[in-house]
Amino acid sequence: MPRPLPEPMPALKPGPMPEPMLVCRDVWKVFGPQAARVLSDLGPEASADQFVTKGHIPAVRAVDLEIGAGEIFVIMGLSGSGKSTLVRCLSRLIEPTAGEILFHGENLLAMSEDRMRDLRRHRMGMVFQHFALLPHLTVAQNVAFPLEVQGVARSEREDRARRMVALVGLQGREDAFPRQLSGGQQQRVGIARSLAADPELWFLDEPFSALDPLIRREMQDEFIRLQSVLKKTIVFITHDFDEAIRLADRIAIMKDGAVVQVGTPEDLVMNPATDYVAEFTRAVTRPKVVPVTRLMGPVTGPDPDATLPARTRLAEAAPLFLTHETVRITDEDGRTLGHLHRADVVAMMLEG
Amino acid sequence: MAGRGIRAVVVWAGALALLALFITFGKPLAPWAFDWPRAAELPAARWISALMRWLLNDASFGLFTFRDLTRAVAAVIDLPYRAVLGLLSGGFGALPPLGWLAVTGLAMVIGHRAGGWALAALSGAGFLFIAVFGQWTSAMVTLASILIAVPIGIAGGLALGLAAHRWPGLNRAITPALDLMQTIPVFAYLVPVLILFGFGPVAAVIATVIYAMPPMTRITQLSLSRVPSELRDLGQMVGCSRHQMTWKVMIPSAREGLMVGVNQVIMLSLNMVIIASMIGAGGLGFDVLAALRRLDFGAGLEAGFAIVALAIVLDRISQAMAQDRPGARAGHSYLLVALAVLVLAGGLTMVLPGAQDYPAEARLSTGTFWSDVVRHINVNYFDALEAVKNFFLLNLMIPFKRFLIGLPWLGVAALLALAGWRLGGARLAALSGGLVVVIAATGLWEEAMTTVYLCGIAVVIAMLIGLPIGVLAAERDSLWPGLKLVIDTLQTLPSFVYLMPAVMLFRVGDFTALLAVVAYAIAPAIRYTALGLQGVDARLVEAGRAMGCTRGQILWRIKLRLALPEILLGLNQTIMFALSMLVITALVGTRDLGQEVYIALTKADAGRGLVAGMCVAFIAIIADRLIQGAARRARARLGLET
Repeated sequence: MPRPLPEPMPALKPGPMPEPMLVCRDVWKVFGPQAARVLSDLGPEASADQFVTKGHIPAVRAVDLEIGAGEIFVIMGLSGSGKSTLVRCLSRLIEPTAGEILFHGENLLAMSEDRMRDLRRHRMGMVFQHFALLPHLTVAQNVAFPLEVQGVARSEREDRARRMVALVGLQGREDAFPRQLSGGQQQRVGIARSLAADPELWFLDEPFSALDPLIRREMQDEFIRLQSVLKKTIVFITHDFDEAIRLADRIAIMKDGAVVQVGTPEDLVMNPATDYVAEFTRAVTRPKVVPVTRLMGPVTGPDPDATLPARTRLAEAAPLFLTHETVRITDEDGRTLGHLHRADVVAMMLEG
Repeated sequence: MAGRGIRAVVVWAGALALLALFITFGKPLAPWAFDWPRAAELPAARWISALMRWLLNDASFGLFTFRDLTRAVAAVIDLPYRAVLGLLSGGFGALPPLGWLAVTGLAMVIGHRAGGWALAALSGAGFLFIAVFGQWTSAMVTLASILIAVPIGIAGGLALGLAAHRWPGLNRAITPALDLMQTIPVFAYLVPVLILFGFGPVAAVIATVIYAMPPMTRITQLSLSRVPSELRDLGQMVGCSRHQMTWKVMIPSAREGLMVGVNQVIMLSLNMVIIASMIGAGGLGFDVLAALRRLDFGAGLEAGFAIVALAIVLDRISQAMAQDRPGARAGHSYLLVALAVLVLAGGLTMVLPGAQDYPAEARLSTGTFWSDVVRHINVNYFDALEAVKNFFLLNLMIPFKRFLIGLPWLGVAALLALAGWRLGGARLAALSGGLVVVIAATGLWEEAMTTVYLCGIAVVIAMLIGLPIGVLAAERDSLWPGLKLVIDTLQTLPSFVYLMPAVMLFRVGDFTALLAVVAYAIAPAIRYTALGLQGVDARLVEAGRAMGCTRGQILWRIKLRLALPEILLGLNQTIMFALSMLVITALVGTRDLGQEVYIALTKADAGRGLVAGMCVAFIAIIADRLIQGAARRARARLGLET
């Protein structure tokens, strides 16, 4: 039996964010010629088979979500679970059949085409699974493309593109064409492009799924680094549970178009809501999901020289304790939150 | 599985037995099922002719009449045509046209821009060939009409394809129209074009555009629909307007496919050169046609070679342009080189008259040589050639023709409906059966069956020759590149070129037509077979080898089975090629639908030509849909498609 964890400190208690940036209320997407009618005829409780016999497919079913500002919100599901459809509903690339999507409290589905276009241009960015780079444009031109579409002057957008290319570590490749780059480099271009217009809401649709495992890991690190600088609100889609627990503040697990459970990685591992969720979490050890803040104690004695950011998971922090007895845990601005001692870490690691 | 196989055999055996019984005993009982009663014939030809008359004399859009519209269209095309023609051939008043040296130099510059030195050399050689063999003047007339028809065809096809992509309703409406346009023989719409626009180069350009535009439209639709959905999402996400979406995302992403369409337009326009000369295109096409009519093979062959030279140069240049080469040298430096070439060539013209018109004394002609060869063959081997021809005619062609013409239309309709039902359900059954009935109703049953007989034999022979060659090419990798070059070149030849050697050796008649059709239709049979076999999943071949299959077993039990859908598509293409060639062989005196269309053309009878043309199109559509259905079934059975 794992020993009970100490209660988290009140200030760090995860919970509903004070002001959610993006809210989904009872969002449905049914594919088919008579989607709205079939949905209202069958009602929300109908099974998928009932839709199918009417020639319709329920891809997203009654999804309720709240995504807070500055949060990394991961939507995890296997292929066909509706996660890609859901993320496209959030940006209205796909028109939902029913429900509400509130962005800063305003319903996206009631917006005019023009207003929506304006919103996408300035406040949303998206990274695609297969990169979606325009083959006839160079790296710099691809990155500058969102600005070109907005009509930003050439010199300004070239300048901004150069900075974005540098941000993702591709300096010197500005004039290369996408096909001359490796998959990882192409996705770096995709990321730079999605950030070019400095959006506040950042969608990433399985951004690393098409990459080799080693490159994937490297890109995840890169993503964590970028987010520590940029502090965007992120909706991240993946089918890889390890990726989800590594990156997420909170995870929504989807199955057959419906959200099965929403929670922090730790919640999911400790208290899986259904057998389906338990199936994913079974192989995951607690240190992989428990953040260092959970085990740290109050500041006692002088500050140790080794530090860890607050969102580090115990499993990743553990190697540091080979050489250190105590480590300082810092928040994003470098302020000390508490101290973490080797004994606590060892005990937790041994329990697994 | 076995049960289904047996059931299929029983169904077909029963149907064929029933048909045989009906043919043997049915005639006295139901003569109307054999010959469509004259009283019930559809007067479609008269309706169409009446419609044309009405369009020409009475139709009006309020502010202007239909006639004004056709005149306006003609004027819009005429102006640039005259400009290009003047530049290449006639000159402007006292100003001479570009000399052969200037044009050849420009072609080399364009060739270099598209594909480096090799292509520059090819382009130069092509134009030099035309000059040396004394075809320059005609070739420039032809080039002028191509240079006008191709941009119109590309722009029109692109616009239509874009519109169809944007409005699904329009897409549904034009798809059957495109099907019809691609299968209806060219001759059939030459007549309406002739009536509406009069005899002359403008009418020829319009007919060429009508012929070359449908593939561009279709390829545009296809390439746009194949743009990855993520790129479309990207366009939406960065907030593209409709205009930006089309021009900055969709078209650049579909570029590769679109360039294939451009190449198609060029090749089809060249293919039209000879046919268009029937309504006044002039140039090389006219030379070939005139030579063919007076049976002067030498002259015809040389003009034909000049068309081939043009075709190869334009084809290779446009294909090279399709291959996207990033970082190709900047355009303006080429512009400078081109200007330099023009100035240099112009300067040379001042001192050297030979730079303007290729000097007559340096010309070559092989015309008399070819005529002599043909005469020699005909004098010495006449009996042998006659014997071959008669053997085929008496033992194969005529009996088969008699058999087909003797078939009752009702039986054929029922049989094809059955095939349609087995391959694609009720809709396909209704389509194939229905179209047969329509053909019978036009009163052209005998001509239609003659078309089917010629086409059928030609396709069987083409497949019998093409399949083994394709298999061989796929099995021996070293053979394929060379063979591919041969097929590609064969396909760039205008279809008329195939007619000439056949006419030389066997004069006019069905056998000559058959040879030309087989020669023209063999390329797709080879190509699809080879590609299909090469496309078989290498892992399956490996698995076969691991199980100890011999080469023959791998070929027979694995590759050919899996390549079946591709081979069926090859069969489909072979039939389409055969049908399009068949209409042209009307010139050598066949008695089929093609002849009907051709007669209509000489009599300027729009109704008669269109009706016969539609019948050809219907035959093509029946064959196409049935084979597509079979290919789909084969793919589904192999799990290649759900």
